Amino acid sequence: MSRSFLISKEEAFHICDKSQYRESTLWEKVKLSFRYLWCRTTRLYVNRNTKLTKTLKSSKLECLHYSERKLIEDRLNEQLKNEM
Amino acid sequence: MPNHQLNPKKWIERYSDYLFNYTITRVNDREIAKDILQDTFFAGLKSMKNFKGEATERTWLISILKRKIIDYYRKINSKKGQAEVRMTYNTDENEGDWLEERVEDEGYLNAEEILENSELGDAIYNCLDKLPEKQATVFKMKTILNYETETICNELNITASNLWVIIHRARIAMAECMEKNWFKS
Repeated sequence: MSRSFLISKEEAFHICDKSQYRESTLWEKVKLSFRYLWCRTTRLYVNRNTKLTKTLKSSKLECLHYSERKLIEDRLNEQLKNEM
Repeated sequence: MPNHQLNPKKWIERYSDYLFNYTITRVNDREIAKDILQDTFFAGLKSMKNFKGEATERTWLISILKRKIIDYYRKINSKKGQAEVRMTYNTDENEGDWLEERVEDEGYLNAEEILENSELGDAIYNCLDKLPEKQATVFKMKTILNYETETICNELNITASNLWVIIHRARIAMAECMEKNWFKS
């Protein structure tokens, strides 16, 4: 039990990354929280990562979906052929 | 003075997301933003001979895009004005009402919000530009488009653990870049 409760730094980073996309389980979050209490590197990583997520969310950034991008690309290439 | 070159074959890869985000924050409609983006690229192709190489390719495309956005607003404002004239500007008592109705439109962002969003968007896209192409693609799909892990893996033919390694590297690079260029300023 205690062994599985302790996680490596790398595992903590991985859980933290997954948490940014709400893909970590409750148990993983508990393990991360425990490491967060005593590991300075983990705290730094978690704080930085969370700050990045908040900033990205607040920017309301948009980008093209793959299919939309492909459609515009095809049309541009077609136009490019006609221009040449 | 640097002499910049145009390379239209790379426009989509290099600028489409940045220009699309720039447009959508101003027109607030995905379909219209796509049309304006496409018109911008077409107009760019037609004006290539006028490019003097003094500005960067991106700056030059943005100047075309800005004109396209202004054209779009001119067009809808003239249409909207005509429609509202027909509907409400028909009695002496209502005189002038339609003009205020046109001005009040909650659907658009105010100038301050546009500026703030636009500056933050610029900072993020500048950082994204510095990532290796694959990292940037995976990061955008996962973080901006909110695709499921499985969908990205199938689309790009990578494993889930591969995806998380890419995301981890991208997030470290993005956090460092944003720290330097956004949080400190």
